[in-house]
Amino acid sequence: MIEARGLTKRYGHTLAVDDLSFTVQPGIVTGFLGPNGAGKSTTMRMLLGLDAPTRGTATIGGRRYADHPAPLREVGALLEARAIHTGRSARNHLLALAATTGITRRRVEEVIDLVGLTAVARKRAGDFSLGMGQRLGIASALLGDPHTLILDEPVNGLDPEGILWIRNLLKSLAAEGRTIFVSSHLMSEMAQTASHLVVIGRGRLIADVGVDELTRMASRDLVKVRTTEVARLRDLIAGDGVVVTSRGGDTLEVSGLDSAQIGLAAARGGIPLIELTPQQASLEEAFMEITRDAVEFSTPHPPGELVGAEGEVR
Amino acid sequence: MTTVAMSPDARVTQGRVILSEWIKLRSLRSTLFALLAAVVLTVGLGVLITGLRANDFNQNGPPGPHFDATLVSLRGIYLSQLPVGVLGVLVITGEYATGMIRATLAAVPRRLPVLWAKALVFAVVVFVVGGIASLLAFVGGQAMLSGAGIHVGLGSPGAARAVLGGALYLTVVGLLGVGLGFLIRNTAGAIATLFGLLLVLPAIANALPSSLYNDVFRYLPMIAGTQAMTTVRDPSLLTPWRGIGVFALYAVVAIGAGAVGLQRRDA
Repeated sequence: MIEARGLTKRYGHTLAVDDLSFTVQPGIVTGFLGPNGAGKSTTMRMLLGLDAPTRGTATIGGRRYADHPAPLREVGALLEARAIHTGRSARNHLLALAATTGITRRRVEEVIDLVGLTAVARKRAGDFSLGMGQRLGIASALLGDPHTLILDEPVNGLDPEGILWIRNLLKSLAAEGRTIFVSSHLMSEMAQTASHLVVIGRGRLIADVGVDELTRMASRDLVKVRTTEVARLRDLIAGDGVVVTSRGGDTLEVSGLDSAQIGLAAARGGIPLIELTPQQASLEEAFMEITRDAVEFSTPHPPGELVGAEGEVR
Repeated sequence: MTTVAMSPDARVTQGRVILSEWIKLRSLRSTLFALLAAVVLTVGLGVLITGLRANDFNQNGPPGPHFDATLVSLRGIYLSQLPVGVLGVLVITGEYATGMIRATLAAVPRRLPVLWAKALVFAVVVFVVGGIASLLAFVGGQAMLSGAGIHVGLGSPGAARAVLGGALYLTVVGLLGVGLGFLIRNTAGAIATLFGLLLVLPAIANALPSSLYNDVFRYLPMIAGTQAMTTVRDPSLLTPWRGIGVFALYAVVAIGAGAVGLQRRDA
């Protein structure tokens, strides 16, 4: 379990992370989501004790990261910028990390196999493609068979096969009861992997919700209908709580009825339908919507010049 | 709570961090190249300069009483301090430049064991390699002088100590580089500072008025440190052991400052 309480990080005048509190539960994949620059990487660095918080605390398994006597065996981390010396081979990189906590050479070979780098384990990491570098980073994270994984943008640079591989890997690790905390700026990616989401924007917590709940929150319940008889259909389905909006030409947007109700009504009225499509809000749209709102809340005034203009009017 | 009971045999210990740093040092090509360059420069330049001097003595008569046959053969160390110092800096700034430092400090979050381990491993490696190079340069250089009959043996007064002093001098240069690397983090900045201290300070001190110069010059890092390689004393300078001691003090201060920076600053 990861716990952040009141986590705050200030760089000069910039508040990168602002009073952030959340809990990451074991047994599921928790997505850490936010636009670029939202403070995800800073938060993860604070979890790992690499950056000291200005205020607040972060604990993993009930202790500060630095207080774990064998941190690599408790927490595996993949950091956004590749934390790998470009001049060293993949195997030597892992052997050097393994040595700090007495991890055997056999385990090093095991994780090299697991991430599919066996053929290139002797090559300098600087010659690796982005995807191979990412796999090496994941190998480092898995080295100590840790109970908690903290991964910053793990799918970055992976090919589709690699992305599928990491999704399945994370799900199976979570199913073993581990705590998995994965950041991404792509909602579509998280929708495939995570079952819980911690969403931040401008360093502040926006949402700490289940993926299902988020979809429901943002669901718009709209149906797009195209028909040759727009006016008749409009009259036919009109009623309490039903809003029909014309989208020009032969297209209507209906809320308050689902597609089955509209389709059956049209059939009874003998109205031909060309298209009948439920407009499910995608998680991506939901994400955009909640982050946009949060950005608006966190900036009470629009940018500088506009504030001035408003002031003059008043 | 998810805290897993930890068997004590998994703990991060200073010994394990030393092993880790040893794996890191020997798995980079820059280590091999820099140490090879240091040996070639120490031995090659030492033999070359001694040979030129021997040739001169053969033609123009023997040297005066202040001729230091040992120091002449160890002159190459003045140049080989460059690859050694650069490597000392790179041992740590290479990690900052590539981002490796974050993996290192995530593995050893108490941080200071990393500094001690890097300093120790590098010091031992430089001392061994520098000692071999220093000895080879001495033996080769004296062979050059034997034609003129002015060579010395390891048994002659101060010679063995001067050969050891060559190894110690290179070791302290390396440690100064490690300390400055931890403090400054940036490769170019740390290298410029290191060789500014070693090579540029004496040139600046030359411009001082003589009263000040006499007090300052002997304490400059390179001037103090290289006294360990001499067998003929210059009374205006420090004795060999005091000299290398003062030089080591510079390295201690740099490493201490680097340790404070490592503890206090974000990675």
